Amino acid sequence: MTTTRASRFEQREDQYQPRGRGLMLETVAAWSLALIWIAPLLYAVWAAFHPPEFSTRFAPLAPLTLDNFVRAWDAPPFARYFLNTILLVTLVLASQLVLCTLAAFAFARYEFPGRGIVFALVLAQLMIMPDVLLVENYRTMSNLGLVDAIPAIALPYVASAFGIFLLRQTFKQVPRELDDAARVEGASGLQTLLKVYVPLGKPVYLAYGLVSVSYHWNNFLWPLIITSSVEARPLTVGLQVFSSTDQGIDWAVICAATLMTSAPLMLGFLLFQRQFVQSFMRAGVK
Amino acid sequence: MGDQRIRGWINAWLLLLPAMALLALFTHWPAFATIIDSFFSTPRARRPSVFVGPDNYQQMLADPIFWQALTNNFWFAIGTIPASIALALLMAVWVNDRFPGRTFVRMAFFTPTVLPMIAVANIWLFFYTPELGLLEQIRSALGGRAHNWLGSRDTALAAVTIVAVWKEAGFFMIFYLAALQAIPPNLAEAASLEGASRWYFFRRVQLPLLMPTTLFVLVNAVINAFRMVDHIFVLTRGGPDNATTLLLFHIYTVGFGFWDTGYAAALTVVLLLALAALALIQYGVLERRIHYR
Repeated sequence: MTTTRASRFEQREDQYQPRGRGLMLETVAAWSLALIWIAPLLYAVWAAFHPPEFSTRFAPLAPLTLDNFVRAWDAPPFARYFLNTILLVTLVLASQLVLCTLAAFAFARYEFPGRGIVFALVLAQLMIMPDVLLVENYRTMSNLGLVDAIPAIALPYVASAFGIFLLRQTFKQVPRELDDAARVEGASGLQTLLKVYVPLGKPVYLAYGLVSVSYHWNNFLWPLIITSSVEARPLTVGLQVFSSTDQGIDWAVICAATLMTSAPLMLGFLLFQRQFVQSFMRAGVK
Repeated sequence: MGDQRIRGWINAWLLLLPAMALLALFTHWPAFATIIDSFFSTPRARRPSVFVGPDNYQQMLADPIFWQALTNNFWFAIGTIPASIALALLMAVWVNDRFPGRTFVRMAFFTPTVLPMIAVANIWLFFYTPELGLLEQIRSALGGRAHNWLGSRDTALAAVTIVAVWKEAGFFMIFYLAALQAIPPNLAEAASLEGASRWYFFRRVQLPLLMPTTLFVLVNAVINAFRMVDHIFVLTRGGPDNATTLLLFHIYTVGFGFWDTGYAAALTVVLLLALAALALIQYGVLERRIHYR
């Protein structure tokens, strides 16, 4: 299944590949739109690497500097926020992988009463995401005494309907014979899951992992609500420090902070661009 | 034999237990509790929560900011959904062709997807800033009157809508690109043998085959229209004069700015109803109608 899709990725119908003037027009149009799309990033790079007086003045020979990064790093406890975000995405992803794998396996390979209803209850989360249930989830967290802790940011997202759905589809495609063969050799259900299903689902795990990490690296509203101290706040919430200053906005520092916040994901994206794009494709096309 | 079947049931339930417990705790229960709480008053220091019937809903109907938020959200949806889908389709069709720099162009379109909204909103803030901002610099170079894009009621909502379209389009492009590449090449061969123009091929072959993708993207775009509020926090904080207050942002303000949780629950019910209606439309109507072959 995945190999045919991968090979199609290379081919395309040449009959309708534009040529001559048509190709030129399309190239110019696509490049123009691409430049508009990347303009905010280009500006951020410009402002971050030049002294603040050049933030709004585009002199080609302006001196380069790393000073903005130093100032941004020193302003909030940036290192702490970085650590928090890394802890958060690791915690979310690790728990998601375990819980979603177990649940997906049950849906894919077990017959039990109520399966349809329970699966519908899972899918309900695709529409009613934790992002919407802020008030009640805050109340639950304070009842549990978890407010202002990294696990509190992670918990509502751990049982991910998207992850369960994606892995269930994957597990269903595993040939029954492989399952039977493992069981004939005396493997239990869990052993079969670990030895047969999980290894075969590797590309889907990668796809889901990339989607999950980029979602939680960038998530803002729920962490803003549930955390109040430096020890728990992730980068996105920490970044707010810059935009909420009253004494004028220092674009150079903001842009430096923005680049630092986005750098890990962007770097990962540039390095694994192909896998990244294909992962998103695979995650979305059901 | 029956024994083994029951063992299978128990195994399945044990596998499901952790995920279902968390789903129940953080999705099903809060959704249900929201409805209950919307009929109770907000607990205060000396007054515990009491049943107030439809009071919160009456407050809602009389709340001009609620209506403003609903209207804003409507225009925000109208502004983001068709524009981001159309742009995504255009981008995918372009990037599906071979031309110089295709890899760069594809990367440029996709980059906003991996950038944190809260961070890039700061950069957009610069674009829109009066006097010094990029837009105003371009404007003053071209002549024309000075304008405060985010500070004026007429343009603030449009300005935050554009940021949302910019963020989403590249994400949706990926799904269209995948679907375009999954179309069997022999369809193009056949169409070109019949002498179909590129436009005709796009309109009569590619577009219908992309309908399931369009549905998927559409549902995501609608959900996002209710969910995307991060940039509001940086760009306008709902202002000026509530011109950019979206429903979820209003819920945040009421629930965590004024700590009026009873009223916030009533507002959340509206949001849940909107999402439930979307789910019904998706599974009931659209899924059945969008079938090719």
